[in-house]
Formats: sequence, structure tokens, C-alpha cells
Amino acid sequence: MITQLVNQPLLTLLIFLPLLGVLVLAFIPKNRPVLLKAIALIVFGLEVLISLKLYFNFNNTGVIDQFMIDIPWIEQWNIHYLLGIDGVSLLLIMLTTITMPLVLLGTWNSVQNNLKFYLLCLMFLLTGMIGVFCALDLFLFYVFWEIMLIPMYFLIGVWGGENRIYASLKFFLYTMLGSVIMLVAILYLYFRAGQSFNLLELYNYRLTFGAQCWVFLAMALAFAIKVPMFPFHTWLPDAHVQAPTAGSVILAGILLKMGTYGFFRFGIPLFPDAMQYLQNYLMILAAIGVIYGALVAMVQPDMKKLIAYSSVSHMGLVMIGLFSLNKTGMTGGLYQIFNHGISTGALFLLIGMLYDRTHTRMIKDYSGLAKAMPVYTVFFIIVTLSSIGVPLTNGFVGEFLTLLGTYQTKPVFAILGATGVVLGAIYMLWLVERVFFGKPKETKGLGKDLNLRECLVMAVIVIFIFWLGIYPKPFLNKIERSAETILLKLDDERTMAKFEDTNEVIKAEDVVALEK
Amino acid sequence: MTNSLYITLIPLLPLLGFFMNGIIAFQQSRGKGFFSTKITSFIACSSTFLAFLISVFAFITLFQNPDLVSLKASNLLDWMILEEFSLSFGFCIDHLTSIMLLFITGVGFLIHVYSIGYMKEDEAYARYMAYLNLFLFFMLILVLADSLVFLFVGWEGVGLCSYLLIGFWFTDKEKAVAGKKAFIVNRIGDFGFLLGMFMIVATLVGIQGDASPTSTNFLDIATLSQNAHLLGPGITLITLCLFFGATGKSAQIPLYIWLPDAMAGPTPVSALIHAATMVTAGIYMIAKLSFLFVLAPITLHVIAIVGVSTAFIAALIGLTQYDIKKVLAYSTVSQLGYMFLALGVGAFSGAIFHVFTHAFFKAGLFLCAGSVINSLHHEQDIRQMGGLWKKMPITAITFLLFTLAISGIPPFSGFFSKDEILYMTYANGQHPIYYWLGLLTAGITAFYMMRAFVYTFMGETRYKHPEKIHESPAVMTYPLIILAVFASLVGFIGLPHIFGHNWFGHWLNSLGQHTPHHIDGSFLQEGHLMLISTAWAVFCLYMAYRLYTKNLNFTAPIKKSLSFLYNLVYNKFKVDELYNALIITPIKVISDCFLNKIFDAKIIDGLMVNGLAHASRFFARSLSIIQTGYINHYVFYLLIGLWLVLITLVLT
Repeated sequence: MITQLVNQPLLTLLIFLPLLGVLVLAFIPKNRPVLLKAIALIVFGLEVLISLKLYFNFNNTGVIDQFMIDIPWIEQWNIHYLLGIDGVSLLLIMLTTITMPLVLLGTWNSVQNNLKFYLLCLMFLLTGMIGVFCALDLFLFYVFWEIMLIPMYFLIGVWGGENRIYASLKFFLYTMLGSVIMLVAILYLYFRAGQSFNLLELYNYRLTFGAQCWVFLAMALAFAIKVPMFPFHTWLPDAHVQAPTAGSVILAGILLKMGTYGFFRFGIPLFPDAMQYLQNYLMILAAIGVIYGALVAMVQPDMKKLIAYSSVSHMGLVMIGLFSLNKTGMTGGLYQIFNHGISTGALFLLIGMLYDRTHTRMIKDYSGLAKAMPVYTVFFIIVTLSSIGVPLTNGFVGEFLTLLGTYQTKPVFAILGATGVVLGAIYMLWLVERVFFGKPKETKGLGKDLNLRECLVMAVIVIFIFWLGIYPKPFLNKIERSAETILLKLDDERTMAKFEDTNEVIKAEDVVALEK
Repeated sequence: MTNSLYITLIPLLPLLGFFMNGIIAFQQSRGKGFFSTKITSFIACSSTFLAFLISVFAFITLFQNPDLVSLKASNLLDWMILEEFSLSFGFCIDHLTSIMLLFITGVGFLIHVYSIGYMKEDEAYARYMAYLNLFLFFMLILVLADSLVFLFVGWEGVGLCSYLLIGFWFTDKEKAVAGKKAFIVNRIGDFGFLLGMFMIVATLVGIQGDASPTSTNFLDIATLSQNAHLLGPGITLITLCLFFGATGKSAQIPLYIWLPDAMAGPTPVSALIHAATMVTAGIYMIAKLSFLFVLAPITLHVIAIVGVSTAFIAALIGLTQYDIKKVLAYSTVSQLGYMFLALGVGAFSGAIFHVFTHAFFKAGLFLCAGSVINSLHHEQDIRQMGGLWKKMPITAITFLLFTLAISGIPPFSGFFSKDEILYMTYANGQHPIYYWLGLLTAGITAFYMMRAFVYTFMGETRYKHPEKIHESPAVMTYPLIILAVFASLVGFIGLPHIFGHNWFGHWLNSLGQHTPHHIDGSFLQEGHLMLISTAWAVFCLYMAYRLYTKNLNFTAPIKKSLSFLYNLVYNKFKVDELYNALIITPIKVISDCFLNKIFDAKIIDGLMVNGLAHASRFFARSLSIIQTGYINHYVFYLLIGLWLVLITLVLT
């Protein structure tokens, strides 16, 4: 056990370093806010460094799941501390670690009361999120998935807006409902597959077709709530509007990605027959989400709510790509989740910066803001361009590949998805027009333009926007390899004798390799 | 093929200019401006001029080496490299691009210079120049791109700059709205463009076996031209989608509505973007992909129909407008329609020739209008002008020259290009009506241009402060003069067959090689047609001159008796209102009143989500009634339970 940890310390370190940070924070007095924040920032910075190390040590050829570590945890139930990441997990971890310091810096002075508790929540959240992306043991995955809910619940419930209790409770219960049903699905799978939670082993186990459908639907519910897919999306606008800026950014930037990740890593490869059978229905929901989300976003009077609904629309496009079961489309869809994380996260951050000054998010309270806050305007417009997928920004690469691939297998859904691109331009540009253009209006509290700290945060985001838009190659490589692996599991099944209901578990090559 | 890396400088120089001026503008907006406007002007103009020089050099290189098909700088950077699809950045200058480059950078440079005079008093001068350079960058990407997707980068990029520049004076809500409208209408067109690309890739990916394409770089234009025959019957739909994209960018029916509104931008912008360069992108794209379009005769028919109807309808609207920029805007839409007509009848080089000559005379017309507007303190209504001939002689003379050019009077450039289109339409057109409509439109064009000229420059001065009118400074008039020289002479590079060698057509002879139609006209016929169209244009010019110099309001009785028809035309056939009533308002109302307020809030959230919560609470409350806390009640329940168990046991 110790040797394993010494040999592969990175993932474990990444998960538990924030908890170490929690310990340190616990000993710092409450009345030292700067010190508290500085320590949190250091921890987040270290996380970035570790994830960079992961990135550079990641092998683009050979075994798909890397940095594997397997330590028995609760032996009588065959639960393991089993970690490992593929290309998609790696990039999601990078997204997580990079988002956290930006969020902290971007909202440096936003939270004054209960600062210590606030930072603790962020730390716990980070542990949970990274854990979800690393866990290859379904039980462990479930534990992290649930852990994440609690700090988020507090983030919304303690530092949220006027209706925060309703929103936090709704968020908690709704996601909880999904996860409990997912737990049932996991347990069913566990007993049918000879008491194993090991994802890589389960990949080689096939339920009967009927069972696949039920278990898939149970898991899909949890993931669909998280994404969120239409019609399970209504918790999102409430949660976003009520959450503090950091909560909204993390929610949009990372938490929503877990739904997509769940579908990609668990739903599709574990239940390939059910996936193919249900493909059209899922795509219909995704396509409705794209158009419905955009139309509803268009008429929102509240900026945060507008962006929240735009998330529904964007995530719908991601899901279209993922469900297209075409390599190019899947790669595009998965790439698009990073773009969505960056652009939507940045939009929430920007709205938060404005809200800190004026304490209103209503569009009608603003006009001609470009005159008073030119720097802010430049950033906002660049992020808007990324959000609506203008070429050379990250959004274009994702949308283009998603639709290009989807068109090859499901042209109708590609066309429906592409209307979302047009609608996206309408609601975003309309927002920009109403807030930034027109006769300048004196909104109360509208003080200075962005300060250096805020500019720095936005500059980092802008660099990512163009980098991912112009040179996506290193990321696309990794994603495509993962997508290919997942798709192979679907193809295997088509050629193999179907629906063999045996309890025999075929060991995956990598698992064998690991045991050596 | 050798890599000519230097051609990457052509777009990169304006980009550099954008960054430098962008930083200056950024500093100024934060109140830290310490750069003089001269530096800004120098950066903007010199970067453009250098790009022009390199373009000339590239052109000469191609010109001197007849064997050289194109200059390439390919695979500059990998972009999207996947297993089934790959794409990298790369530039390519073929004969078509070399022509586009010359006038984009050339006319672009003149308009930059002109802008120094026009915009010098604007507080956001640096921002303006930065946007202008950014526009040139994207426009150059558009014509230099060696793949369709990279072309699309330029395509959307110029749309973005157009958005930024139309809404340049953003504190005026109306202008911001016009910018947004332009962007969104273009996006709708882009939807078609994207679908066209998806279809191409989906078709080519699907081909397996020996016939399968050798490269996965499906959207590379050179690769595409080799694979065009593999596209099969789907090519009609593909080309229709691409053409739909072109109708957005080049303001054709049904998406022409944004261009008149786009006149809200500064006038040099209208000249550069909305007359000379960006709006011709659709024509350029189709000409560049002529190898696809010639395989789709149905699409060509559609293009010809759309082109000629747009030309005709826009010209009709142009007849009624009083805003000088609106007249020119509709004229642009109409001329673009001509170019599409040319494409539709397979006269690809003819279309590009008209793009080329149009760039000079229409940019010139807009700059003249700008000169007038500037002098009259932003008065744009031609009813308030008049009599400027004496006060602004250079502007007036150049305006007249451009008018003659656009009207198709020999030997001005418009004559050659328009005549070629009319001749090709006559010889190749799917139906004679195209020719007659085209001819009629040419007359209307001459008529409304002369009308605008008379209103603006002849007769009495109707402007409120005649003493303030002055000729524009040299920095504005010199570009006018240079453009006028070109607009007058440039036609000779594309002489009609009866006069000799059509150099232009020869230079672009690779376009549409497989045109399904054949020119079956004779020299004699060409001569006759030329005489007809010239006489018709002269007649219309003369009529307009006579009628309007006699009485500016001679149309008043017609307006009165046909007021309904007149108003319909004046309000551009109420297409905006139609779109509003049929599409935009319903979508907004449905989204807000139904989807947002009822479906989302009441049905999904209220009934399904909170309904579930309420139901479970109700259920729990109902059950909690029996939780009374009295032990005798619980014993009672226990007994009932016991009885039930016993009964079931006995019964089974």
C-alpha cells in the first residue's frame, strides 16, 4: 500500500491536499482574512502545479488509464481505493485546478462574513470534484459525488441571495434524488457482476438488454440532473441566481461537467446496448435543451438567469455531440465542455464583478456601460464571442467538431444543434447591446473600472480562450483517444455474442498489468 | 510546390496594426492617452500600405510565371487534427485571390487615408483605426485561406468587425441595434455555410474503398477540387447551403435587410466594408468554389434568379430613397445582385470583374457621400443638399465620374463589367427574362444615380447654413481622385471580345472550367447588345437629368396617385416588418409568455419538480396524522396489523 502511494502519489496528493489545507486553516484565527485567503490561494496554486505535473507526465500512447492506484479499502465488500485518469479526466482535473485560484482571486473581496467557513467549503468542494474525476471504483465515485454536494449546499445557503434557502434546498434535494437512484443502480450492478465496484472490470461485464436499459436510465437520471438536461434543469437557474459568484462559477465551470463525464465514463461504456437503443430519445432531449434553453435565456431580465439558461442550451449541444456516438462528434462535445466551463464561468465571474459594485443583476438597470467601464466591456465582449463560438475562440472549435461529427451519424440533430448557434448569437448580443450600448446610465455604485487583480484574472481566461481556439491540438489528441476507447466498447458489443448473462468477469488487460 | 512564407505577412501586418492601435485605444479609454493621433494614423496606414506592396509583389510573381498556379504557405499551424478529419492553417494565392488582394489592400489603404480626415475629431479615433485594421486582417484571411473553414474564420471575422464598426458610436442605441442586426442576419446565413461544410465532410468520410479520398483534409480547397466528383447528387444541396451563406454576407434576398441599416456606421466603413470588400465575400466564395457549383446546374439557376430579382428590387427601392447613404446601400445590394446573376449564368470571371470595378466606383461614391456628409455636419438627406457643385468641386466631379461608371457609360469601368454580365446572361442565361430584367435594372441604376447627383450637387443650395459648406481637406480628396482615375480606366483590362483581348477573363480562366453552358453568341450579337445597353443607360441618365433639374418634385403626382405602392417600395417592401411580425415577435412572445412564464415556471418547475416535493410532503403529513403519541392508539394499530397478518395466513 505504501509503495503504491509512493510510486503514484500525484492523484492522492491532488485529492487530499485541500483537506490538509483545511487543517491548516482551522488553526488560523478568524480575524486574519488576508492570511486565510493567502493560504487558500497557496493550496490552490499547489494544486495547479500538481495537475501540471500530471499533464506533462501523461502518456499519449499506450494504456488509456494512467496514474493507477489500487488499495483495498473495505475488503469484505470489495471496495477499493482505485484511482486512475484518462485524457478526459486529466483535462477536467486541469479545468478544476485552474478554475479554483481564478475564482478565489476574482471574488477576493466579495465574501466578508464567515470567510473561514467559506474557504473551508471551497477546499472540500475541490477534494470532492477531483475525487469524482479520478475515482475508478464506483463506490468511491459515489462517495466523492455526494461529498461535493455538501459544501455547495452551504455555499448557496449561507452566502447566497435573498432566496437562498429555497435554492439551496432545491439544489440539494434534486441532486440527492438523482444520486440515490444512481446508488441503487450501482448496487444492482455490483451484485449482478459478482460483487465488484471496479469500473475497468465492469466494462467487460454485460447485463442483459432489459436490465441494461433500467440501470442505464437510473444512472442517466442522476447525470441528466447534473448536466442539466431538459426537463431536469429547473434547479439550475435558481441555484445560479442565488449562489454567490464563486458558487455560480464553480457550478457552471465544473459541477455541470460531472454529468457529462458520468455519461461518458459510466453510462455509455457500461450499458452500450441500452445507450444505442435510447440514443434517439436522449438526443431529442438534448436538442430540445439547446433550443428551449436559448429561447428562455433570450427573455430573462436577470443577467445571471440568462447565463444559467444559456448553460442549458450549451450543455444540450455538448450532449448532442456525446450521444452522436461518432468519434469526431464526441471529441467535439467533450472539448466543448471545457469551452463552456471557461466562457460561462468567465461570464459569471464578470457579472459577479459588476454585482459587487452595483448590487443589481437586472439588465434594465444598465445602459451604455461601455462608456463607464471600457476595460470591463472589452473582456465581456471577448468572453461573449467565445460563448457564441466565433472562430479563433475556443467555442468555435468545440461547436464545429461537435456538429461536424454529429452530422455524420445524426444529421437532423446536427441541424437542430446548429440553430442553437444562431440563437446563441441573438441572446448574447442582445444582452451586450442592452447593457453596454445605448445612452450611458448612472447605475448606483458604479465606481471604478476593473482593478489590476480583476484584469489579471480575466487576462488569464482570455489567453485560454484564444489558445484553445487556435491551438487545440494537444487537448484534442487526448480527448480523441479516450473517446475512441469508449466507442470501441460499443463496437465490441456489436460483433460479440450479445447479452451474455454470466457472472464471469473478464479481467481487463490494464487491471492485470496493475496487479503485477 | 515551394512555400512562399512571405505571404503570411499580408494579413499579419494589419493584425499588428490592430494590436498596436488597440493598446493605444485601450489606454485612452482608461484616460491614459498620451499618444498623438499621428502615430495611430501612421500605424494604421503604413501596415495597410505594406500589405498592399506585398500583394503587388505576389501578383507580379504570379504574372511573370505563367506556369505557377499559386503561391502557397500551407500547414503553418495544425488546427484541428483528428483521425477522421484534419485541418491546418494555411494561405494560398491563386489568380483569383491575387486580384482580390490588390483591391482589398489598395482600396483599403485609400480608405484608411481618407479616414484620417473623416474621423480625426472623434474621441475614439484609435479604436476606429484598430477596428479598421482588424477588419482588413479578417478580410485578407478570407481571401487567402486555403481551406473552407479558415475562409469561414475570415468570413465570421469580417462580420464581427462589421458589427463593431456599424455600432461604433455605441451610445446611439439605434446604431448598436443596426450592428447587432447585421451580425445576427449574417449568422443565419452562416448556418447554411456550416451545414454545407458538414455535408461535404459527411459525404466524403462515408466513401470507403478505392475511391475514398486520400486526405482527411476534406475542407482544403485544393483537396476539395479533386474530390468534387465524389460528392454525387448531394452536391445540389451542398451548393444551395453554401449559397444561402453567401446571401447573408452579400445581402441578397432573403437576407438583404441588414445592409441598409448598416449605413449607421461611419461612412468610410460603409465604403470599405459594405461596398468594396466584405459584401463581395459571397461572390468570392462561390467563384472560388466554382468547381463545385458548375456541377450543380439547379443551384446555378437559383443563384441567377435570386441575383436578378435582388438586383431589380433593390434598384426599385433605391429610386425612392432620400438618404444619400441609403441610395448607395440599395445600389450596392442591386450591384451585388448583378454579380450573383453572373455567377448563376456561369460567368464566374465576369462576376469577379464586376466585384473588381465595383470596388472602385462604389467605394468612391461612398467616400464622396462621406465628404458631403462631413461638410454638411452629418446631414444625409439629399433634400437638404443641392448646389454643392460649386462649393465642393472635387467631390462633385468625382461623384459624377463614379456615377457614369456605375451607370455603364463607356469607357468607364462599370461599362465593361456590366456589359460582360449582360452579354453572358443573354448568351447563357437560362431564360431571356434574366437579360431583360438585367437591362431594365441597368437603366434604373443610371436613373437613380443621376437623381442622387442632381439632388446633391445641382440647383439651389437648400442647406440651412450654406456659408459653412467647404470642400474636404486633401487627405480626403486625394483618395477620391485616385479612385476616380481607377474607376474610369480599370475597365480596359477586361475588354469585350470584339475589341480585343480580355486580359481579366484570361487571368481567371481557371474559374468554372466546366461550365455547362456554352457561349453561343457571335461577335455581331455582342456588338448589338452593347449598343442597346449603352443607349439605354445614356437615355436613362439623360431622362433623370432632364426631369430632376427641371423639377425635383416631378414625381409628387405619381406618389400621390400610387401612394400605397410608393410607400411599399419606400419602406423596402416592408420586409423588416414582415420578418418582425412573422418570426421575431412570435418567437419573443412564445419564449417569454409561454416557455418562460408558463411552461418552465408552472409546468416543469411548478407541477413536476415542486409538485413532487409537495406531493411527498402531503403524503408525509397525511401519515403523520396517525402519529398521535398515545400508546393506546399504537396498540390499536398493532392489533389491526396482527389481525391482517393472521387473516392472510389463514386465507392462503
